[in-house]
Amino acid sequence: MTNDKQLGLAGTVAGLGLAIGGLAFGAFLSQRRKGGDDDAPFYTRKSPDSDNAVLGRTVTIRKPRAELYAFWRDFGNLPRFMENVETIRKEGDHRIWVIKAPAGQTVEIKTEVCEDVEGKRIAWRSVEGSDIETRGSVEFADAPGDRGTRVSLVMSYNPPAGNLGRTIAKLFQREPEVQARHDLKRFKGLMETGEIATSAHRKENTRAARQREKET
Amino acid sequence: MRALTWHGTHDVRVDTVDDPEIINSRDAIIEVTSTAICGSDLHLYDGVIPSVLPGDVLGHEFMGRVVETGSDSTLKKGQRVVVPFTISCGGCFHCQIQQFSACENSNPAEKQDMSAKLYGHSMAALFGYSHMTGGYWGGQAEYVRVPYSDVGPIVVPDHLDDDKVLFLSDILPTGWMAAENAEIQPDDTVAVWGCGPVGLFAIQSAIVMGASKVIAIDHYPNRLALAKQLGAEVIDFRKTNVREALIEMSGGIGVDAVIDAVGMETHGFAVDNLVDVVKQKVGMGADRASALKQAILAVRPGGRVSIPGVYGGMTDKFPLGALMEKGLQIRSGQTHVQRYTNDLLEKIEDGTLDTTFLISHRLPLEDAARGYECFRTEQDSWTKVVLKPGMDMPAAN
Ligand SMILES: NC(=O)c1ccc[n+]([C@@H]2O[C@H](COP(=O)([O-])OP(=O)(O)OC[C@H]3O[C@@H](n4cnc5c(N)ncnc54)[C@H](O)[C@@H]3O)[C@@H](O)[C@H]2O)c1
Ligand SMILES: [Zn+2]
Ligand SMILES: [Zn+2]
Repeated sequence: MTNDKQLGLAGTVAGLGLAIGGLAFGAFLSQRRKGGDDDAPFYTRKSPDSDNAVLGRTVTIRKPRAELYAFWRDFGNLPRFMENVETIRKEGDHRIWVIKAPAGQTVEIKTEVCEDVEGKRIAWRSVEGSDIETRGSVEFADAPGDRGTRVSLVMSYNPPAGNLGRTIAKLFQREPEVQARHDLKRFKGLMETGEIATSAHRKENTRAARQREKET
Repeated sequence: MRALTWHGTHDVRVDTVDDPEIINSRDAIIEVTSTAICGSDLHLYDGVIPSVLPGDVLGHEFMGRVVETGSDSTLKKGQRVVVPFTISCGGCFHCQIQQFSACENSNPAEKQDMSAKLYGHSMAALFGYSHMTGGYWGGQAEYVRVPYSDVGPIVVPDHLDDDKVLFLSDILPTGWMAAENAEIQPDDTVAVWGCGPVGLFAIQSAIVMGASKVIAIDHYPNRLALAKQLGAEVIDFRKTNVREALIEMSGGIGVDAVIDAVGMETHGFAVDNLVDVVKQKVGMGADRASALKQAILAVRPGGRVSIPGVYGGMTDKFPLGALMEKGLQIRSGQTHVQRYTNDLLEKIEDGTLDTTFLISHRLPLEDAARGYECFRTEQDSWTKVVLKPGMDMPAAN
């Protein structure tokens, strides 16, 4: 855990990556059909019906549904493509996400899996004792023909201290939305190519290496 | 190693930079034996492509010997390979349907946002071509890190010289795809704007594909002469009214297909082109597209428009009405190089395609900055520059 409250806050948002959720998420979901009755995903609405920051993204991955589900369900795999998540370890029924924060610090979030439909859907949320309330889900659906699997990630979070947390996060250029989108792209790349694309020409210049360096 | 690096508009230098190393298991390191300067490099040189950073190594047309391989590379040390300028993973949807230049994975996730914003979708990565397309170091260097080396590079037989196969990396497949996109039928008349390397290869390809007549348009006598030598009829746009000439030369019907091998830095004094030159200079991002506009007006109703020329932004006064009312078909794109390399290698081997006629200069890599300058300012005589890392500098005179 972090000593500096301010940094902790920033780090929490900063490091959220895919680990975000929100207090009013349930309310939000129940509202989601209120505004319109078109078929577009609710997170593409022009004006959100909630104060919560919600993001959603879909990618198509040319791999079987079962394989992708299994990879994700093994939470220890996620740090391989979630840039700011250092480790995810099991602790009883819970998982502890260790998330990188600025200035070499880390923040921990305790989550539980609240929904698990084999091969189709995994949802998680933060529990008491976490610095931040977060919620997320990932859904796997067959894409047409041999296009593989459509993977949709939806996350919601209550920005800590209102907009302040997000402002600080922006300062560190780790806006959760952006981070999550990139993480999801990296997941796709890792599954389809076996590696994370980098244009670095030396090992010490990869983003991962540079980040490690910044922290020490 | 030594490499040609970008420092600003019209400022490129050969510097000593870090050697690249293997990072991912599918990588290979290539020791470059030949590399070329492309018309696309001129867009970087002229500063009209955003997100090039000082120190970036340019160059996307290169070949060489494999000197190192990652554990999942299928290449072997010592093999001679030509490397496609498009970086493609082989495993995504677009790679699977052979639209390699739309690869979804080669451009690192954190670099995809800019093109996604500009174009609605992020672009694939290209070697040595700005950070919008990945920020990968390019081939005008002694060594290059080649990702996905099990998918892109094509191994070439030793009996074919570098000069013969180097252009498999870009301009030969680009000219070929340009002609393919023009969907040439046997009795067709095809007009090609621009007799640079891309235009010349498009002309040669169109003839191989059976066009009954190819008309080449440029203003450089030497480049027009090369087009003529390939069998094209030529028009000098400084001397002739192109649209009228094309109508006449196609029997009043209009040409069946047009190919824009000029791109965003078109020359000419048409009013809208001059306005676009100014806008481009002050960074308003208008692409100069007067050749393309002319092509759209010249093509017959129901005809095909093929655009290999590179554009990066927006353009004004686009003849949208002509496009719709004439019912034109448009096809374009960065070349899906990997789709064509095997076939074209065969066509080089059996003599169907000549790839060396357009090389005007061979320079040591050390002299690359001069190569850029002359390729830009003396286009008539500098048709295509090939750089050789191993070559000695000529004695000073
Ligand atoms: N699609 C691809 O994958 C791909 C690959 C390589 C190159 N390119 C692009 O193709 C274009 C041509 O490349 P190149 O290497 O041949 O470049 P180049 O600069 O050598 O040739 C361009 C030619 O166009 C002529 N030209 C200029 N304005 C004209 C006009 N109004 N009408 C007729 N001709 C005109 C010039 O005189 C010149 O000869 C560039 O835009 C380049 O970026 C695209
Ligand atoms: Zn090129
Ligand atoms: Zn791909």
